[in-house]
Amino acid sequence: MIPGEFTYHRPSTVAEAVAILSDHGDEARPLSGGHSLIPMMKLRMAAPEHLVDLGGIADLKGISEGPGVITIRAMTTQHELIESELLEKKLPIIRETSQLIADPQIRYLGTLGGNVANGDPGNDMPGLMQCLNASYVLAGPDGEREVAARDFYEAAYFTALAPEEILTAVKIPVPPAGHGYAYEKLKRKVGDYATAAAAVILTMKGGTVSSCSIALTNVADTPLYAGQASDILNGSSLDESTVKQAVSAAEAITEPASDGRGPAEYRTKMAGIMMQRALARAAERASG
Amino acid sequence: MSDIDQIPVSVTVNGKKVQRFVEPRTLLIHFLREELNLTGPHIGCETSHCGACTVEMNGMSVKSCTLFAAQANGAELTTIEGLANPDGTLSALQEGFRQMHGLQCGFCTPGMITRAHTLLKENPNPTEEEIRMGISGNLCRCTGYQNIVKAIQYAAEQLNAAEIKEAAE
Repeated sequence: MIPGEFTYHRPSTVAEAVAILSDHGDEARPLSGGHSLIPMMKLRMAAPEHLVDLGGIADLKGISEGPGVITIRAMTTQHELIESELLEKKLPIIRETSQLIADPQIRYLGTLGGNVANGDPGNDMPGLMQCLNASYVLAGPDGEREVAARDFYEAAYFTALAPEEILTAVKIPVPPAGHGYAYEKLKRKVGDYATAAAAVILTMKGGTVSSCSIALTNVADTPLYAGQASDILNGSSLDESTVKQAVSAAEAITEPASDGRGPAEYRTKMAGIMMQRALARAAERASG
Repeated sequence: MSDIDQIPVSVTVNGKKVQRFVEPRTLLIHFLREELNLTGPHIGCETSHCGACTVEMNGMSVKSCTLFAAQANGAELTTIEGLANPDGTLSALQEGFRQMHGLQCGFCTPGMITRAHTLLKENPNPTEEEIRMGISGNLCRCTGYQNIVKAIQYAAEQLNAAEIKEAAE
């Protein structure tokens, strides 16, 4: 399978990349790790006339910590997320999620920025970023703007990102020390997208949930922040009837497709099960 | 003839510097096989699943069917052709695959060995679980993986024994 022809650009700054994208509009696509775009180009389902390789922009690499916020630059690979000591200490749910994405070869090249910007509902990081209430930094011809992950996704492959913009970084508020976390993903085999998956971050105080955030992956056109379910659990002791009520609230917002991963009803139920398992594991991990 | 200009790609492959002019859409696997005659890396699924095209790029295992040659410009690459010992004898991994019957048809073998090579560099003492997860991006349709895991364990033991011997001398 040979992709269609294109002109190859390798800018060394974000400004240069944005200028190339602005010049060519819809005919240009940015290339990050390439493990979503290149397969689509080989199938000729994507045929950009201009390919803007972001691999030469040093400014798009790295993980840094500011007061209460960790910033991950867009071209940071899944492999680098897994290896990061800072993330292991402050945001271990990222490592847990990355390890469930694709396979080792793909994780060496696949990037966080590509995973969240592509808008594929099968990707795992968008749901996780909604759970963490992250925001995305988008650079365009008129400068930078920030969009919350919870507001970014519009439909499958449709996001708030304009064709002339590049997602340059992900900013994540650091959850309190001692928080519990879990990413539960049901998949048919290594490398598969989720049949359903759930991300949970919570804090506990004296056996009671003092804060809770839940998001779901691949059970709708977009990742789903389960706000109502999170609210129901807040202040509870995670007793059976409250959990049941929260699971029903989360299941109610799902709208999965029936496909090779199972009929819609099954995937909705599995989203509930993944959420329940993630809640139990997160509660076990939380101190306090 | 295409109206898109060919672009230069320079890489170091198995220790040798090479440069070619190629169409931007040239995938690394085609660059290696067709421009450089390195036909060890195989084209299996072409959909980023099977790992038969695995090569090492700057210390990372990559699927060369899912990478443009242009993206590898300036990189250090290692293919199965570069993995034997300098004197031409089989490397510990190659010997392991021979001793432990780590292959049957052999189609996945170059990718498997190249992947295992990088895995053992990163983790010289992998558990069985770590080996299985480490090669989870490489498919084998013959062996059931059991003997591949044994081959990699064999190589890890050999390499570690050699290191201890070296340290003692």
